[in-house]
Amino acid sequence: MTGPAPLLSVQDFRLEFDTFDGVYKAIDGIGFDLAPGESLGIVGETGCGKSVTAKSVMGLLPSPPARVRGGRILFDGEDLLRVGERRMRAIRGNEIAMIFQDPMTYLNPVFSIGTQLVDVILAHQRARPRAERMTRERARDHAVEMLRRVHLPNPERQLDSYPYQLSGGMRQRVLIAMALSGRPRLLIADEPTTALDVTIQAQILDLIGELRRDLGLSVVMITHDLGVVASVCDRVVVMYAGQIVEDAPVARLFDHPAHPYTRGLLAAVPHPGRPAASLSSIPGSLPNLLDPPAGCRFHGRCPLAGDDCLRPPPTTAVADGHRVACWRAMEAADAGA
Amino acid sequence: MAAGTQDAALAPSFAERHAGTIRALRLYARTFARNGSAMLGLAIVLLFLTTAAIGPWIVPFPEDAAGAIHLDIKLQPPDAVHWFGTDEVGNDVFTRVVLGTRVTLQIACIVTGVAMLIGVPLGMIAGFVGGWVQEAIMRVTDVFLSVPGLVLAIAIVGALGPGIVNAMLALSLVWWPGYVRLVQAKTLALKNEIYVQAARSMGASSLRIVFVHILPNCTSPIMVKASMDMGMAILGAASLGFLGLGAQPPFPEWGAMISVARTYLPDWWWYSFFPGVAIAVTVLGFNLLGDGLRDILDPKHRE
Amino acid sequence: MLRFTLRRAVLMVFMLLGLLAITFTISHIAPADPAALAAGPDADRAMIERYRVEYGLDRPMYEQFAIYLQRLLTGNWGKSIHTTRQVWDDLVTYFPNTFELVMFSILIAVALGVPLGVVAAVYQNRPIDHTIRILTVSGVALPMFWLGLMAQLYFALHLGWFPLGGRIEMMTDPPQAITHLLLVDSLLRGQFSTFVEGLHHIVLPAVALCFPALASIIRVNRAEMLETLNQDYIVNARAHGLSTFRIVAVYALKNAMLPTMAMIGLRFGWMLGGTVLVETVFDWPGIGLYAVQAAISSDFEPIMGATIVLGFFFMMTNFVIDLIYGILDPRVREQV
Repeated sequence: MTGPAPLLSVQDFRLEFDTFDGVYKAIDGIGFDLAPGESLGIVGETGCGKSVTAKSVMGLLPSPPARVRGGRILFDGEDLLRVGERRMRAIRGNEIAMIFQDPMTYLNPVFSIGTQLVDVILAHQRARPRAERMTRERARDHAVEMLRRVHLPNPERQLDSYPYQLSGGMRQRVLIAMALSGRPRLLIADEPTTALDVTIQAQILDLIGELRRDLGLSVVMITHDLGVVASVCDRVVVMYAGQIVEDAPVARLFDHPAHPYTRGLLAAVPHPGRPAASLSSIPGSLPNLLDPPAGCRFHGRCPLAGDDCLRPPPTTAVADGHRVACWRAMEAADAGA
Repeated sequence: MAAGTQDAALAPSFAERHAGTIRALRLYARTFARNGSAMLGLAIVLLFLTTAAIGPWIVPFPEDAAGAIHLDIKLQPPDAVHWFGTDEVGNDVFTRVVLGTRVTLQIACIVTGVAMLIGVPLGMIAGFVGGWVQEAIMRVTDVFLSVPGLVLAIAIVGALGPGIVNAMLALSLVWWPGYVRLVQAKTLALKNEIYVQAARSMGASSLRIVFVHILPNCTSPIMVKASMDMGMAILGAASLGFLGLGAQPPFPEWGAMISVARTYLPDWWWYSFFPGVAIAVTVLGFNLLGDGLRDILDPKHRE
Repeated sequence: MLRFTLRRAVLMVFMLLGLLAITFTISHIAPADPAALAAGPDADRAMIERYRVEYGLDRPMYEQFAIYLQRLLTGNWGKSIHTTRQVWDDLVTYFPNTFELVMFSILIAVALGVPLGVVAAVYQNRPIDHTIRILTVSGVALPMFWLGLMAQLYFALHLGWFPLGGRIEMMTDPPQAITHLLLVDSLLRGQFSTFVEGLHHIVLPAVALCFPALASIIRVNRAEMLETLNQDYIVNARAHGLSTFRIVAVYALKNAMLPTMAMIGLRFGWMLGGTVLVETVFDWPGIGLYAVQAAISSDFEPIMGATIVLGFFFMMTNFVIDLIYGILDPRVREQV
């Protein structure tokens, strides 16, 4: 791959959870790059490992039970898996920030918005040289500034309100303001619109798009909603059962999906030009990752599966910047075209 | 004969008919057995129950129960004959501690039982009927809960006069409000469950709903609370005994024994020491058992 | 917040009326002849009849209750046979000692219980958690009076670190009353040695008294901290680089403190019951010892007086705890 050095590069990352019933192989050798300023979507069903990937980048998975089994997560050349908690704390918020799925539960119910925002801003100051640190008053001004930046009405007044007094959309704006308050270079958004009403979803996605343009943010957008991917992302990674099955530019993925799973996902999206009756879904469910199937993990649900699918599929480039892990990749691409 | 065999072959066996229940019980038993402290609690409680059952036949000096007098061997330190020593009139402390289990068990069962008999129906009525009935029951409950239990018990004993029966009565009268709260909350929650609503829409009578749907679903929290309360009731009765308001010496009740024994401290320490240990161990047993039961019956509280 | 406070206050007035209804019931309905009981064990028939009329015991129930309330409000709480003084005067003398003991004890329980609960939660299933669990398990099971006796035996008699009992030494003059609280008054009057002596006397009874409450507070706080530390907002705080100390000691603890406060309120009731036992063990001249001595000799009015005062004290504490709850949790003070 040519072009600028990637901002984030995940390489052959493996992660397991120890559970009472055995070892749960949540992530199995995934790899992808994110260029500066790029917006990458990670798509997949619940339980495919997309959120776990995001939390691993942030170092937020408690260990035990989580256990990293290999690979590297390079941020600007620095391996986040090996930097240690101290450095990681400085990176969180200042270099990489994250927003979450349900804005209802991610704000502390017993502290005001202002207190929480100011606390976050002050925490970011520790990573700065002493002379550049903000005072509490300055941090409060900065908090107002950030709330204004995310278009929260009456930012000064809102500082004293509590989370339960805000609507879901407003809370998500507060969380975005919190995430941006440390001027990070990378924003990881873990299903940021799933819990919101449709109209609010669009507003939040617009906001993320706007901030990305204005601040030059790179974005990793985790979602199960291909509509969200289409509206904010440049490139998509499709995950299935802890592995990456396809990686392609957005337009290319929508027009020429190469993996049967991706095709299934796309077919499940309602489309104005297609009668509702033809809406299909993928039969079956995710394999049990305590004991993953041999070979291609999708073969149990795949309409094209054959004997060769019992061996691990090779990752092949079917076009420029379009990789797919499937024995039947070309067939699928042809069938889809 | 042949027909009988055939019937037996066709009709599902007991194990088959109750397969679901048996599976659930087996799961409970396994969860419980994995929990070390719960098993310890169960062991203590079983030991306590056995002792209460066969106590009078295994004690070395049965005549010491009602206060025989052997002044020649009074206040002897523990030795091979008198394991826990002897008291001020030469009674064997071990004998009296063992016999105390029976009294203690009686008190605990009666207090918890009466409290449940008052509290459970009231709670169910409050939760099920609602409206002003609920208001009235719950406000009275609140008032009772707002007076420290032991203080109220002392006031009641003060009015009725000291003695073990009055002490039990007093403890029962201060114990029921907890059950009202518990059962009322649970009934309220169950009333809105879909299956109860469904039963209702199909015309099931209130009585039937209460006995078939609500009461069985309240049993696990009640059992957990009852197990904890056995311990607390034992403490309460011993406290009243210690204050001289419960069982009266020479009745072999642990609290009453300590109340006399404390005047023989510090030189004759064994006299107050062993009854106290007996109380502590018994209460500990019921608490651990209650904790263990809660762990299996109420998964929300599992850690 | 003002409306919240007012509402709680009104509620408390009703609770107090309920409490008085209970004491009224116990003293006017439960005994076979309340007049005989009120007149005392040595009264003859004429005295009992005089009592019956004087206290309106021949009137209908609701009138009797009104008379009862009026009596209490005018400070006529009856007479103690045992001390031969007015019950009200006795209560004023003894209550401050109980207040001091209970407050000191709950202070120990909270000051130790909350941090220990946090530590146990943060180091869940490590050796320190197991050590703390021994404390919590035994705390609820040990009979308080026996624990007091054993503490006397070991720390007072064997080691000689603390006095055996009493409020201060026989020969020491208590400071002239300002608040009636010995520790406070001795400081205000500058009698430092009396203060130290008072402190020395309060340690053993207060520790014995706090044990069950301490155990419960640790238990609840640990469980709540464990639950809170798993909440999304804690993940969010970590994701923004907040320090572990701030996350645990501020963000999580404030949430965990809400149920813990409720438990503190509940256990305060245990303490007020327990003070009766501890005061008996340590000869603490408080309201509990007063009530027990009265109860043994069936001296009725003092028992009822002590019950009302202890019940009222419990209600006041719960009122204060409700207010703290309202301060801690914005949602509570909104839902008036």
